[in-house]
Amino acid sequence: MNKVENNKAWFLVLPVFLLVAFSAVVPLMTVVNYSVQDIFDATNRYFVGVEWFKEVLRDPRLHDSLIRQFIFSFCVLLIEVPLGICVALMMPKEGRWSALCLILLAIPLLIPWNVVGTIWQIFGRADIGLMGYYLNAMGIDYNYAGNSGDAWATVLLMDVWHWTSLIALLCYSGLRAIPDAYYQAARIDRASGWAIFRYIQLPKLQSVLLIGILLRFMDSFMIYTEPFVLTGGGPGNSTTFLSQTLTTMAIGQFDLGRAGAFSLIYFLIILLVSWLLYTAMTHVEKGE
Amino acid sequence: MSLTLEKITKVVDGELHINDVNLNFEPGSFNVLLGRTLAGKTTLMRLMAGLEKPTSGRVLMNGADMTGVPVRQRNVSMVYQQFINYPNLSVYDNIASPLRLAGDDKQTIDRKVRETAEILRIENFLTRMPLELSGGQQQRTAMARALIKDADLILFDEPLVNLDYKLREELRQEMRELFKVRNTIAVYATTEPNEALALGGTTTVLHEGRSIQYGETAEVYNFPDTVACAELFSEPPLNLTKGEISDSEVTLDQATHFPLNADLAGLGRGNYIFGVRPSHLALFPVNEDDLEISVRVELAEISGSETFLHVRNKHLSLVLHLTGIYQYEVDASIKVYMPTHKIFVFDEDGKILKVPTRLPIVNQAGQISGGVQHG
Repeated sequence: MNKVENNKAWFLVLPVFLLVAFSAVVPLMTVVNYSVQDIFDATNRYFVGVEWFKEVLRDPRLHDSLIRQFIFSFCVLLIEVPLGICVALMMPKEGRWSALCLILLAIPLLIPWNVVGTIWQIFGRADIGLMGYYLNAMGIDYNYAGNSGDAWATVLLMDVWHWTSLIALLCYSGLRAIPDAYYQAARIDRASGWAIFRYIQLPKLQSVLLIGILLRFMDSFMIYTEPFVLTGGGPGNSTTFLSQTLTTMAIGQFDLGRAGAFSLIYFLIILLVSWLLYTAMTHVEKGE
Repeated sequence: MSLTLEKITKVVDGELHINDVNLNFEPGSFNVLLGRTLAGKTTLMRLMAGLEKPTSGRVLMNGADMTGVPVRQRNVSMVYQQFINYPNLSVYDNIASPLRLAGDDKQTIDRKVRETAEILRIENFLTRMPLELSGGQQQRTAMARALIKDADLILFDEPLVNLDYKLREELRQEMRELFKVRNTIAVYATTEPNEALALGGTTTVLHEGRSIQYGETAEVYNFPDTVACAELFSEPPLNLTKGEISDSEVTLDQATHFPLNADLAGLGRGNYIFGVRPSHLALFPVNEDDLEISVRVELAEISGSETFLHVRNKHLSLVLHLTGIYQYEVDASIKVYMPTHKIFVFDEDGKILKVPTRLPIVNQAGQISGGVQHG
């Protein structure tokens, strides 16, 4: 068979090409542009190559917030994923109560980030906040503005409150998709409750959990608004995560070259970790 | 192990799902539950397994009352319409799972898994995951899991529905072989009369939650007790028509007459329901006393190498089941022939009064017994 080349066919992919170019490639290239130059104003600019990258990678501020960021995302996944699965397992399967549970679970997801931050900022205050006041009244010295441990606990708690619902809702839909025949078959096999979870429910939840974990990882790794509103990154730098460090660098210090390099590294880290998570989990799914 | 259901009734949300069912299954028997969708087949199986409790009535096993005993304490297995396997266990581990839960030792498990896998011809796929297998192989794995337990009762809930035609025939054949040597009670639910006939054993015909007839499969097919049973156990359904017997002739639907023959003379005058199997109708006269009916073709439905010819005239609507492929134009005028000695007669309430003369049974020596050959 003769292969016919039709160059006009390229026009068919042109719209998509343009769309991707303007939505992703062009903005990214601006950042790349900044990251390899030192720009003072429109006429004063110097090409510096990978200097910014070298500097950023050696920057101890970045090291610290990177470590904090990893610990934070790790804790978030460690708490939210099992908790979300538990909530989904305990939810009623059908009827009015399940509808009510779904609505209640969806509420935190509907609240804007900065409002969540404000809610917890007030909630945790020792003078007027419900939680802060009673914790102190019970003799626990709780102060998220002064004690970095308390600040961490509050930021984590806030994220858990805000986002566990997402995992729970995903898992709930995954659980509902398991045909009843599986549970019957398990009962006939005399499988225990744990065995049903381990060999039926968990494997069937794998694909929704994969999405849930990836979403929660990416989102928690980019967290900005909530801790910014709650603690402003403090006390000290104890709750300053990567995106806040970046913002300070780009807007506070107007160090755009350095911030550009930082952004690209940030982006690559998220891409890399997401890829690792995805690969690991799809391998688990295949049972390897 | 024998299984007895005594006056089993199941009511769900005020709706009667199973209505006073009495059944007795012998050890080592193969029993078909035949009924349309929603006839209560699955519910009845769940009651047999102990997955559900009957609203009233008793389930006896070997004479012992098992009614309230939960499924975990019984020795049953079940194969479903969907292919149910543990998704992240290999075929080997899937088949082994019931034995592992029972706490058998490794060597016994290994021996039994390989034996069972070989019977079901999946011995080459033991290391694969269920989802990497074809539908037929997945269902074989599920069947192996059910068989390996040596359960007292194995329930098959339309297990072959989701498989393609060829595989279905193959597995059906194997299942008959498989249960010849076992002492378990097998119960097999199906909606297809042809499947029931192919499987043999005994058949229980379920209709709207009731067991309307129970007996050896061929007997139930040949001697339906009621119109409902005859309709259910015939594919395509039995042709039914109202009619009247007078002193000298039979009238079908007020218009088609034929002289009263010796077969039907004994019934006496009155109104009856007449039935004839689609396969008994012919396009050519076979016997002298065949009734000729002029009809128009409505539809020629071709299935495999067979034709279901739907025809009607002013009064009668009939389906013919013909071997071979026939092509008719819609509205073509043709004549069909009804063998008058192969007619079922029911009273107006649908109770059977007369079945067609039975087909003879030919034994190994070629001797013919039972029934009279016609034509």
